[in-house]
Amino acid sequence: MIRTFSYVALSGTLLFSATAAATDDTTQQYINTLTELGYPAPKANELVHIPPTMEDLENASLHPELKRVIRRGYDLFTNTQQLRGENVFNNMNCSSCHMGEGRMPFSAPVWPAAVTLPNYRGKNDHVNNLEERIAGCFTYSMNGKPPEYGSDNMLALSAYHQWLAKGVAMYPEKPIYGRGFPAPDRPAKLSYARGEAAFDENCSVCHGNDGEGLRVGNHTVFPAIWGDMSNNWGAGIVRVFTAAGFIKNNMPLGQPNSLSDQEAWDIAYYMSNQERPQDPRYTGDVKDTLEKTQERFHKHSMYGQARETDGHVLGDHNNTGEKPFLKPDSVRPRTFE
Amino acid sequence: MKKLPILLTALGLAACSGFALAEADATRGAASAAVCMACHQADGSGMNIPGGESWPRLAGLDAAYISKQLHDYKSGKRSSASMMPFVNMLDDQKIADVAAYYAGLPATKGKGSESANEATLKRGQQLAERGDWSRYVVSCKSCHGPDNQGAGAVFPGIAGQHAGYIKTQLQAWKAGTRKNDTQDLMGSIARRMSDDDINAVAAWLASQSASAN
Repeated sequence: MIRTFSYVALSGTLLFSATAAATDDTTQQYINTLTELGYPAPKANELVHIPPTMEDLENASLHPELKRVIRRGYDLFTNTQQLRGENVFNNMNCSSCHMGEGRMPFSAPVWPAAVTLPNYRGKNDHVNNLEERIAGCFTYSMNGKPPEYGSDNMLALSAYHQWLAKGVAMYPEKPIYGRGFPAPDRPAKLSYARGEAAFDENCSVCHGNDGEGLRVGNHTVFPAIWGDMSNNWGAGIVRVFTAAGFIKNNMPLGQPNSLSDQEAWDIAYYMSNQERPQDPRYTGDVKDTLEKTQERFHKHSMYGQARETDGHVLGDHNNTGEKPFLKPDSVRPRTFE
Repeated sequence: MKKLPILLTALGLAACSGFALAEADATRGAASAAVCMACHQADGSGMNIPGGESWPRLAGLDAAYISKQLHDYKSGKRSSASMMPFVNMLDDQKIADVAAYYAGLPATKGKGSESANEATLKRGQQLAERGDWSRYVVSCKSCHGPDNQGAGAVFPGIAGQHAGYIKTQLQAWKAGTRKNDTQDLMGSIARRMSDDDINAVAAWLASQSASAN
């Protein structure tokens, strides 16, 4: 089932480009739901792709063994905690941030990685493929050690990503509808106090007063959003604009776009002012690390800065959380020479 | 979980003029629960009544959750003509004791899924475990926890609850006649659910085990 088409909005009339075989009711259902919830409609010539579901997988004409591996990837994606102590050293699942099993627009859908990589990535200044991109999530967001390249688990996760991208042409030239966590415009001023108050009011019922989230047994129900059990300082979501985009588009759960832009940014700013495990790129000195990572990354976070409430310098510590090392082998330059 | 303790404390202070409650006591609760048993039964199993007002299973639910619901009935935040005369017989101490009593009972089986067909149960399972994002209906388990057996004091276990009760509650949230959930978390989902989906998820949850054991 291919749910990809060029989406052209013209004077309120929806027209489909000649390349699209037929209007796809399922895709339209998603677009209708999203726009009713306050998300923008696709812009002219944006690439709109609603990935297939696990139900679609059962009906797909793929080798049964491939289906089994894709199901394994789905299982790892939605319950990444099964790799706890091996590849994951905090309370996160992939699906903690990539809502809707990695399928949803405006929730950093993961399929674009399968059709836009290999590509140059600014964060590590070299060309990354899909496996290395997934490894990045394990390194930072899971505060962990990525599964080995080519391992069963890495292959299963890659297969799940590629399954979600089914039918999309490689290296699409059009911008992708709902890619990443699109941030609302940054307000003129961000406030720690307002962010704290908005967090207490809107987020703490699930994520706890200290951002600790909620576990039941070995399962994460609500992820920790700071502290030892959360992502480390190198994860994309420590950037205030990324967190603001995540919050605005996805939180509170089931009520996207219900917070104001100011609230989303204030909460994101408040979150980025809390401690979390050290950035694996740490050189042993927070100022030095900041200098080396500022331009590419930390100019968007509060890392290395003094918190306005108590002067605490964020990230000035050797704490790696539950992870018994600082830097996995995956953090390394590539030169292709 | 900031709000719940504050709320309970405030209610407690108002009712007890500043005197703290004694610790909840399940044995005392068993005696106080005498008024509950006509409907909720001695074993806390409640009753599924097709087409009527089903009485929820209380056995094995979280004590803080039960307590909050009772306080909400008293304050009018949650309304039920059936419950009103009975909660008015319970003071804050008795509410705490009754909640501890039912929380300590072994969970009984949910009823009401017996006549559901395979397709209905399959759809119910999908909603419970994966949701339907085409309608932005998130899975039940994303708040109600692993296997929908409950998460903390705010999100009750719903696996093994009677289908009739789950159905009427979801319909109540959808219609806006129940709204004592925190921040409209349940209401916003229920309003996007079709009647068929409500029936399906109620049947599936009723067919599931309330506890991990």
